[in-house]
Amino acid sequence: MTTYLLGHLNYWLIIGVMMIGMFTMMSSPNLMKKLAGLSMFQTAVILFYVSIGKVEDGTAPIITETATRYANPLPQVLMLTAIVVGVATMALGFALIIRIRRAYNSMEEDDIHLQIQREELD
Amino acid sequence: MELLTVLLVVIPLICAPITAMIADRRVAWALTLMMCLALAVISAMVLNDVTTGKVIHYELGGWKPPWGIEYVIDSLNALIAVIVAFIALITVIYGRKSAEQEIHDSQIHLFYAAFQLVILGLMGMALTGDIFNLFVFLEISSLASYALIAMGHKRQALVASFNYLIAGTLGATFFLLGIGFLYAASGTLNMADLAARFDDFASMKLVITALLFILIGLALKAAAFPLHSWLPEAYTQAPTMVTVLLASTSTKVAVYVLIRMLYQVFPQAYWEEMLLPGFLMLSGCLGMLYGSYKALCQVSIKRLLAYSSVAQLGYMIVGIGLNNEAGLTAAIVHMFNHAVTKAALFMAAGMVLMRLHTTSLDKLRGAGKTMPWTTGAFALAGLSLIGVPGTAGFISKWYLVQGALAQGNYLVAGSILGASILAIMYVWKIIETLYFDGSDKLHVHKVGSGKQIVADLPVATACCYLMVFACFYFGLYTSIPLEAAQTAVQAMMGNGGAQ
Repeated sequence: MTTYLLGHLNYWLIIGVMMIGMFTMMSSPNLMKKLAGLSMFQTAVILFYVSIGKVEDGTAPIITETATRYANPLPQVLMLTAIVVGVATMALGFALIIRIRRAYNSMEEDDIHLQIQREELD
Repeated sequence: MELLTVLLVVIPLICAPITAMIADRRVAWALTLMMCLALAVISAMVLNDVTTGKVIHYELGGWKPPWGIEYVIDSLNALIAVIVAFIALITVIYGRKSAEQEIHDSQIHLFYAAFQLVILGLMGMALTGDIFNLFVFLEISSLASYALIAMGHKRQALVASFNYLIAGTLGATFFLLGIGFLYAASGTLNMADLAARFDDFASMKLVITALLFILIGLALKAAAFPLHSWLPEAYTQAPTMVTVLLASTSTKVAVYVLIRMLYQVFPQAYWEEMLLPGFLMLSGCLGMLYGSYKALCQVSIKRLLAYSSVAQLGYMIVGIGLNNEAGLTAAIVHMFNHAVTKAALFMAAGMVLMRLHTTSLDKLRGAGKTMPWTTGAFALAGLSLIGVPGTAGFISKWYLVQGALAQGNYLVAGSILGASILAIMYVWKIIETLYFDGSDKLHVHKVGSGKQIVADLPVATACCYLMVFACFYFGLYTSIPLEAAQTAVQAMMGNGGAQ
C-alpha cells in the first residue's frame, strides 16, 4: 500500500493541483483568479503528460551505447504544443480582463452581472 | 486529389498572416473572399470524389501513419468541410457592410484574419485523422472565435467572450486529458490505429475514463444541454458575421468530432452496453425542450435564435444517442440542414440589426410593412426551422422520428414533436410581431445625426435569400447531404458490426 501510494506520488500531486485549479476557477468571483485557476488546471494536465512519458530506469531519449532503455519523448513534445496553446489562451484571457475592467470598472463577476442586468432593463 | 485536401488547411494558414499584415479593409475582405472561394471549390471537388465510398489519405511530410500525422477524408468529413467552406463563403459576401459598420476601421483586417483562423481550425478538425492534431485545431478555432466574439460592439460582448473562454478552455483541456489517458493505454494517437488495436487495451479501466473525459470535453464545445451556458450570450453579443459563421459551423464540427470519436475511435460495441446512449438521449431531449422553451421567452431576436440553436443541437445529440442507422443519418443531415437554416435566420436578424440598430421584438412591431424582404426571409427560413414538409428541416426530423420509432422509443418521438410545437410558437412569435402587431413608427436607434443609414442592402439580402432558397432546395432535392450521410453511416455502422 505504502509503495503504491509513494510510487504514484506524482499522480497524487497532479490530482491535487488539478482540483485546486478547478475549484478556484469555479468558486472565485474574481476574473483574474478564475484565469489563474484555469492556468493551474492546464498545468496539471501538462504535468500528467510528462509523467506518463517516464519509463522506469530509462534515460533521456538520445541514442548512446551505454543505455538500453529510454524515456518516451513523445508526450513531452506534445506538451510543447499544449504549452503554446496555454500561453495563447492566457494572453487572450488577460487582454479580455483588461478590456472588461475598462468597460465595467470592475473585475468582480457579481458586480459586472449587476451592471449587465441594469443595462438589460433599459 | 490527395494534394488538394491538404490545401484546405494550408490556404487559410498562409492567407491569415498576410491578411493581418495588410491594413486595408478592402484588400482584407477580397483576400478572405478569394480564400473562401478556393476552399469552397476544393471541398466540393473532394466531396464529389468521396461520396462513392472512397477514402482519401494524405500523409503530412511523407511520414507513414501511425507515426506521422495523416489526413483521412471520407464522405462524412468531406460533407463537414463543404458546410464550413460554403457557409464561410456566403458569410463573407454577406457580411462586408455589416463588418464595416460594426468593427472599427483600424481593426478590420485583424477581424478578417481571425475569421480565417476560425475557418482554418474548423477545416483542420474536420480533416485530420490524428487525435492530438485535432486538439490543436480545436484550440486554434476556439481562440480565434473568442477574439471575434469580443469584437461585438456592446461591452457585454467582452463578458460573453470571457465566459466562453473559460468554458471552452475547460472543455478543450478535458479533451486533452482524455487523449492523454487514451495514449497512456494505447501508445498511439492515430485514430485508425486506435480503432484497429482497440481490443488489446479495451479491458483497461483507463479507457473508460478517457472516453468520459473526451465526451464531456466535446459536449462542452458542442454546447450539449447541461453544458450550453456559454452559447446564448456568445451568439447574441458577437458581430453579425461571426454569429452567422459560428452558429452554423462551429458547434456542428464539435458534434462531428463526437460522432467520429464514438463510432471510429471507440467501437460502438464498447459503449453501447453502458448507460451512454440513454444519457445522450436524455441530454438531447432535455436540450431541445429547454432550448425551445427558453427561446419562446426571449425578447431579442438574436438571443431567441441562439436558444433555438441549443434546441437544434439537442436533435443531433438525440440522433447520436438513438444509435441506429436512421438516427445517425438524421444527426448528420441535421448538421447540414440546420447550418443552412440558421445561417439564413441569423443573416436576416443581422440585417434588422444593421438597419434599425436593435433586434428587440418590442421595437419591431409591424416591421413587415417597412422591410418586406428581410421579414419575408425570416418567415420562410422559420418554416425550415420548424420542419414544415418541403423544407430542409423536415427531412432531418423525419429521419429522427423514424429512428426513435424504430427503437420503439415513444418518449423521444414525443419530445421531438413537443419541441417542434414549441418551435412553431417561437417562430410565430416573431412573425406575429413583425406582421400583425399594430405598426408603430419604426425608430432607428443610436445613429448620429447626419450619418448615412444603410438603407438598402442588396448584396446581403441576396445572400440571405440564397440561404432561404437552399432551405427549400435541400428539402426537395436531398441527394447531396443524404447520400454523403448514408455512405458515412454505412461505413461507421459496418465497422461497429464487424468488431
